[in-house]
Amino acid sequence: MEGLIISFYIFVLAIFIGNEVIAKVPPLLHTPLMSGSNAISGITLVGAILSTGAGKGVLASSLGLVAVIFATVNVVGGFMVTDRMLEMFKKDKK
Amino acid sequence: MNIITQIAYLIASIFFILGLKKLGSAKTARQGNQFSMIAMLIAVVVTLLDQGIVDFQYIIVGVVVGSLIGVIVAKKVEMTSMPQMVAIFNGLGGGASAFVALAEYYGADSVAIFSYDVSVAMLLSLFIGALTLTGSFIAFGKLQGFITSAPVVFGGQQIINLLLFIGFIGLSGYFIFDPTQEMDLLIILGIASLLGVLLVIPIGGADMPVVISLLNSYSGIAAATTGFVLGNNILIISGALVGASGIILTKIMCVAMNRSLANVIFGAVGTDDSGGSSGAQGSTEQRNVTRYTPEDAVLMLENAQSIIIVPGYGLAVAQGQHIVQEMASIIGSQGGKVRYAIHPVAGRMPGHMNVLLAEANVPYDTLCDLDEINDDFQNTDLVLVIGANDVINPAARTDKQSPLYGMPILNVDKAKSVMIFKRSLSSGFAGVDNELFYDEKTMMVFGDAKKSITELVSLLKEN
Repeated sequence: MEGLIISFYIFVLAIFIGNEVIAKVPPLLHTPLMSGSNAISGITLVGAILSTGAGKGVLASSLGLVAVIFATVNVVGGFMVTDRMLEMFKKDKK
Repeated sequence: MNIITQIAYLIASIFFILGLKKLGSAKTARQGNQFSMIAMLIAVVVTLLDQGIVDFQYIIVGVVVGSLIGVIVAKKVEMTSMPQMVAIFNGLGGGASAFVALAEYYGADSVAIFSYDVSVAMLLSLFIGALTLTGSFIAFGKLQGFITSAPVVFGGQQIINLLLFIGFIGLSGYFIFDPTQEMDLLIILGIASLLGVLLVIPIGGADMPVVISLLNSYSGIAAATTGFVLGNNILIISGALVGASGIILTKIMCVAMNRSLANVIFGAVGTDDSGGSSGAQGSTEQRNVTRYTPEDAVLMLENAQSIIIVPGYGLAVAQGQHIVQEMASIIGSQGGKVRYAIHPVAGRMPGHMNVLLAEANVPYDTLCDLDEINDDFQNTDLVLVIGANDVINPAARTDKQSPLYGMPILNVDKAKSVMIFKRSLSSGFAGVDNELFYDEKTMMVFGDAKKSITELVSLLKEN
């Protein structure tokens, strides 16, 4: 139970950090922010790897496999497309 | 979990936060995204070294297949299709969380020993994840045109949603006290999937930016709840960051559209996504407008020192932003100052129009958001409105009867002169007439905006 409370502390404090940091992102960059943060939410990949690799039977591993595929698409696609967008943002040469 | 893994996760968390912080400025944004990539890489590599992992077969297959799909999608996707892509990725992120919850359940040595907190986290991860998955796919379908973008409404919809939610709570209570009830978990999965569909189908296509932002937030929260299931802090922290980001964007979009979140989700507003094609009824009375041809317009352009361009989404759909930027750079080379004013709802997702213009090589320091530029309109010689309507309607400021009243608008009417490129006098999405069209200082250039601008550019080049 104590572990849960500590996790909850971390969760709440992280939300506050997220709020502070992200509120400062200008509207100019809201689309890359969204696709970039979307890629971050693919962090579930870590969880997917842990439960897929635990060797707890075919059913669990197969469910984990689906999770790994979904999360990897999310991570790889999300970061790449964000980079593609940000590459286009250039300053006036003058 | 050993201490090295924990420290690596902490470092990854710091990189995620720094990455998001660097997204705060266009100069450092790309580096910021790279920081996040490094963070993800650290987290994944350290996880692979975890002693609990005995079987790499499935992981390798999953990562290879997922990476291939991700790379192809990221390379192929058109910038106009970004909202659809983000919707799909949101859905997959949420779906992954739901599947991890299921894998944890079916992989447990004995489900009877699940503690209450693990059960609760597992149920939430499954519920939010599955709801995000199906909801995102409906949002994708609406944006892509597979499903009608009009709100799908039927009698008793809210009551059904409420009953489903009560069912989820009831079954969850039952499951927490007896985790051997496998059927419970599967019914909850069904309920969540159904709710995802039912909550998104009544929302109109024009409101999708809000929905995607909200689903973005859900996918983060789903990841965080998965973190609670696994007792894994990196998931909790990253999930919380994304959750916060989605909520902020949702709020910004609601304010920009002058709607409450409840109104967007339950209001079923908007019957047609085509921008009020038949919305011109009632405005048949003859009123005087000043008509300009591209030839007349050239003189105005050449004499203006300061110009602001207000682009609408239609311009980007017609891929007209490239020719507009060509015009802007010609004017710039002749000594005029050109900037773009971007309304928050100018695209199909937050910040979308900026990306579409950046793609057409518009320098980002000429892209100004509403707060940045609104006080400058009064000192501006000429405003070119290309495909925007409701977001420049002064009725939002003055007419309490108007459905637009209270919506933040660009103060185009304060400029010295205004030139509007438009097919006809028809009203915008909100179906409201725009007084600005009839203003003395407004010149209407009728016709296809992209064609008119192309003509303008060739005339500018001749001179």
